[in-house]
Amino acid sequence: MSAVAIISIFTLAVFVGFEVVSKVSSTLHTPLMSGANAIHGVILVGAIIVADHSTTNLELGLAVGAIVLATINMVGGFVVTDRMLEMFKGKK
Amino acid sequence: MSRTIYDLIGLFAGVCFILALKGLSHPKTARRGNKIGALGATIATLVVFFYANEGSSLPLNNLGWILGAIAVGALVGVPAARKVQMTQMPQLVALFNGVGGGAAALVAIVEYLHLGDTATTAEVVFTVFTVIVGCVSFSGSIITFMKLQELMTTRPVVFLGGRFVIAGTLVAVLGVAVWVVTALGTTPLLVLAGLSLLFGVLFVLPVGGADVPIVISLLNAFTGLTVAASGYVLDSVLLIIAGTLVGASGTILTRLMAEAMGRSLFGTLFGAFTAKPQDTSGIAEDRPVRSGSPDDVAILLNYARRVVIVPGFGLAVAQAQHTVRELADLMISKGIDVAYGIHPVAGRMPGHMNVLLAEANVPYDQLLEMDEVNPTFGQTDVAIVIGANDVVNPAAQNTPGCPIYGMPILEVSNAANVIFLKRSMRPGFAGIENELLYDPKTMLLFGDAKASLTKVVGALKAL
Repeated sequence: MSAVAIISIFTLAVFVGFEVVSKVSSTLHTPLMSGANAIHGVILVGAIIVADHSTTNLELGLAVGAIVLATINMVGGFVVTDRMLEMFKGKK
Repeated sequence: MSRTIYDLIGLFAGVCFILALKGLSHPKTARRGNKIGALGATIATLVVFFYANEGSSLPLNNLGWILGAIAVGALVGVPAARKVQMTQMPQLVALFNGVGGGAAALVAIVEYLHLGDTATTAEVVFTVFTVIVGCVSFSGSIITFMKLQELMTTRPVVFLGGRFVIAGTLVAVLGVAVWVVTALGTTPLLVLAGLSLLFGVLFVLPVGGADVPIVISLLNAFTGLTVAASGYVLDSVLLIIAGTLVGASGTILTRLMAEAMGRSLFGTLFGAFTAKPQDTSGIAEDRPVRSGSPDDVAILLNYARRVVIVPGFGLAVAQAQHTVRELADLMISKGIDVAYGIHPVAGRMPGHMNVLLAEANVPYDQLLEMDEVNPTFGQTDVAIVIGANDVVNPAAQNTPGCPIYGMPILEVSNAANVIFLKRSMRPGFAGIENELLYDPKTMLLFGDAKASLTKVVGALKAL
């Protein structure tokens, strides 16, 4: 990918990120933080990619560690956010 | 699978994350938003098993290790997320964020080892960035976890020359970073990781307990940026989009939280170094306070026309949400006007109290935000403060230099009577004495919040 393409994606994503949360009420700060936290768990994808091309035991060991940590972040993050939001449901 | 299809699926997952964040910003769509985010993450993860990278063959190498590691992670993460009590939510979010940062740092280290001499300068620079920020996020989050879990003091930890040690560590981190970029070795990278971990610890130690949520949010944004940087090194559009989104929205969220607490971000992080030591000489431990019995409280409530309940973290610790709702219902049945005054940062995190009261099925229309409830305290006969302290402490308005100075508070002192339900005279999470406790119109009811409330309910029923 060209550097310009990457910078474009990055810049546009910054503005989208600013825009989508700019008007959130303080009621939802905790679930939003938790949800955003779960999203960066997709580093799991990166961890799987490096585990695939690991050639030494050191590399593989570190990559496996990264997969475990990233999975905790992603799966745990979405589950706990859902639990919080479940309680907001059913209110008038 | 071709690279094009792989990238398009990555884009689809990225759009899911945008919709997730957008959904999470509104109460009605929040839960659906979170599910869309989970869908995007699941698709993104599945796709990698069908396309890893240029030139790699399927099935993936080390597939058994990969699947086993995912299983272990899920076995740790899911039960933790399911079993955690709502009161301990902030700690768990901090931990999840920390492991995410740690994962990003590990991915960067592995990729660095793998690329060896073939790495371009840009790749090395991004790797260095990820290792530094990922390690800071990891160790910083561990410290915030320990502060929130009260495994260590919640007060700012400041030691002699602290700011020079921190500045020195930062200079060392940057120096080693340059060393890594120029020398390209494994040793410099590991030194860099170690120093960054140390910097993360030093960076969070001076932050006071009340400001910890802001730091968690900031570290969350940091972790997002490391994921974006990893996306560049690993040539993944998805990681760039997802990481940047979290980085940007996390930054905004951090600012919103800081505003809700009336703090500047700079003051949060470095306030402990500039704050003058508090003058505590005028505060004697044996100053008289007026303490009452549950019956006194019940009588006061029985003849009130308007009561505002101010719940704090102590309410949640005592698991008294349901009892307080019982009391509120009883008062309403007696024709008393009842409302809850919710401080934006009541609990341990912005919005935390809303989650806790929602758990107890308190009707949404009884929860008033600070701006709505503050003008009404003048017409309020009784304000009941349950397990809260810092969010009603007038020191935030009249004691310049104290750690919470400038934080907007619930002005319960304008009510005709103030009742504090407290376990002891121990100051709040921020560690500051509350003058309101010694005010003549204040009555204190000591004891566990749940036990006290149960007694008050019984006494009120008997009247």
